Amino acid sequence: MVHRTIRVGGLTRVEGEGALLVRARDGRVNDLQLRIYEPPRFFEALLRGRAFTEPPDITARICGICPVAYQMSACQALESICGVTVDGPLRDLRLLLYYGEWIESHALHIYLLHAPDFLGYPSGIAMARDHRAVVERGLALKKAGNDLVAAVGGRAIHPVNVRLGGFHRLPDLRGLSERLEHALTLALETVDWVSGFDFPDVEHDYRFLALTHPDEYAILSGDLPGFPVDEWPLHITEEQVPHSTALHSRLDGRRGYLTGPLARYNLNFAKLSPRAREAASALGPVCLNPYKSIVVRAIETVHACDESLRILDRYKPPDAPTVPVEPRPGVGHGASEAPRGTLLHRYRIDDDGLIAEADIVPPTAQNQARIEDDLRVLVEPRLGLPVPELTALCERAIRNHDPCISCSAHFLELCLEQ
Amino acid sequence: MKKLAVWKFASCDGCQLTLLDCEDELLTVAARIEIAHFAEASSVSSPGPYDLSLVEGSISTPEDRERIRHVRRISKHLVTIGACATAGGIQALRETPALLPVVYARPGYIATLDRATPVSAHVPVDFELRGCPIDKRQLLEVIAAFLAGRRPVIPTHSVCVECKARGNPCVLVAHGTPCLGPVTQAGCGALCPAFNRGCFGCFGPMETPNPAALKITVESPWYTERSESAG
Repeated sequence: MVHRTIRVGGLTRVEGEGALLVRARDGRVNDLQLRIYEPPRFFEALLRGRAFTEPPDITARICGICPVAYQMSACQALESICGVTVDGPLRDLRLLLYYGEWIESHALHIYLLHAPDFLGYPSGIAMARDHRAVVERGLALKKAGNDLVAAVGGRAIHPVNVRLGGFHRLPDLRGLSERLEHALTLALETVDWVSGFDFPDVEHDYRFLALTHPDEYAILSGDLPGFPVDEWPLHITEEQVPHSTALHSRLDGRRGYLTGPLARYNLNFAKLSPRAREAASALGPVCLNPYKSIVVRAIETVHACDESLRILDRYKPPDAPTVPVEPRPGVGHGASEAPRGTLLHRYRIDDDGLIAEADIVPPTAQNQARIEDDLRVLVEPRLGLPVPELTALCERAIRNHDPCISCSAHFLELCLEQ
Repeated sequence: MKKLAVWKFASCDGCQLTLLDCEDELLTVAARIEIAHFAEASSVSSPGPYDLSLVEGSISTPEDRERIRHVRRISKHLVTIGACATAGGIQALRETPALLPVVYARPGYIATLDRATPVSAHVPVDFELRGCPIDKRQLLEVIAAFLAGRRPVIPTHSVCVECKARGNPCVLVAHGTPCLGPVTQAGCGALCPAFNRGCFGCFGPMETPNPAALKITVESPWYTERSESAG
């Protein structure tokens, strides 16, 4: 009888803080926990009693990597309560802002967090010693994304220009097209570069969740598979499980579904922009290999650049930066596609225009059970490997899903059973 | 080469991301100071002591209260980065015991302190860099100052000074928009007023603020009139 306990304390090159615990016996994994030790910050509770206009600025602070996703899901949920739809050029500006976040976040993950795994470096900075031009290309691409967010939103992290109904001020978009043309070139080079990596031969039978939209590779709005956004609380439930350290999401009662780039790509391939679809011709319309998510992120970056250029081309400034939004009592739902997956919000506004309830389900909470499933499949046949090697493999498998642990609005710090 | 460490406590990652957002300077910085511990960016960590520790996030769990003491012990200089580490941040709005059952069905599983507190409530801090998030030029100034062995040159005057320098119309006087700029420390470049909204104070109070004068202003009849006509 052989007992083995593997602890990966302090996951690196992920955003936020987590750890992994594996307990095995006689070659079988008995217990596997992706531990989240990010301290809880109680956003849903501290939103209660605040003005209905405040969630976009407050929930942005849940995640410094994807604040725009929080602002967009929050705005749409609250606007739906107030009976307001933001469309035309104002919706285009929201898309631009969001594409900027995709470019910035995907470039960060591809070049600084994920690619070092494929090329055998501990970090993007270490990788730059041998591949300086490549890392500089990644940083330039990332900067183009940040510049787009800053142009529309005021600054790259926690943009200040977003409000219910639109924006505080119409942005100055001059000069952006040239920068995005350049970014598109860099993104296409990125697809070529990452496509040449050596990928482990693994495919999983994933159950995907992503927004779908009749005309768009959904990012800002759409329907969820089989149900509209305002029914998400009926289909997606969260449970607090004593043997684990985080809330686990279930989709229609079943655990272990996946949201994020792989989900979007497999569900919405046909809606990719022409340049992105061309760049995806080698990968094809189906991708079930989690390691190839780096290719999918690169293709989505091409899409984001391509679509941003299209928007900049057609954009005519509207008369006003915002449409008026008056508070109404009621419940509303919002969903959008954060770089790492579907981000769900639900709010209730009371008779005084204050937030009575807030509920936020971030993508990493939804993916956690599925990441554990990926790990179980990876670890069981490799229990004999030396611990450092197995540890590195596990970290790699987790990074495939770009978990953003700081955006775990309500992951738990649990008093662990020993 | 001197050693830099980056630490995270309760936070959104945005302030440490600011270091990676220095796209044009990151590789230059990495050539001047060894980035020895930075879990978000590197899977290797070289052991302390460290010459400069940048600390993000506020202290909100019993474990973190111990961890920040450890970080202080192994750091020659400790600089807090951002509103969470410097002032407690947005999660300091909470009163934890009352909030726990609102978010979690079984609050018993959660180990947390009653309040989220700034790093300076636990250990001595050598310099506090403000902002939610911090400004990347100010971050580079702090690192450069540290490398040169001098105090960082970070202005402590109000946002109003930056607003005037930028030529923004005063949103408070001209539009009757409530604005914390007169009592908030500069550093953002008067960003919110430039976008037609009032400052909400994410850089924290300026040196010797005068909130009483701001209160008199927003209670005066001319202000109320403007505020109402602006809708």
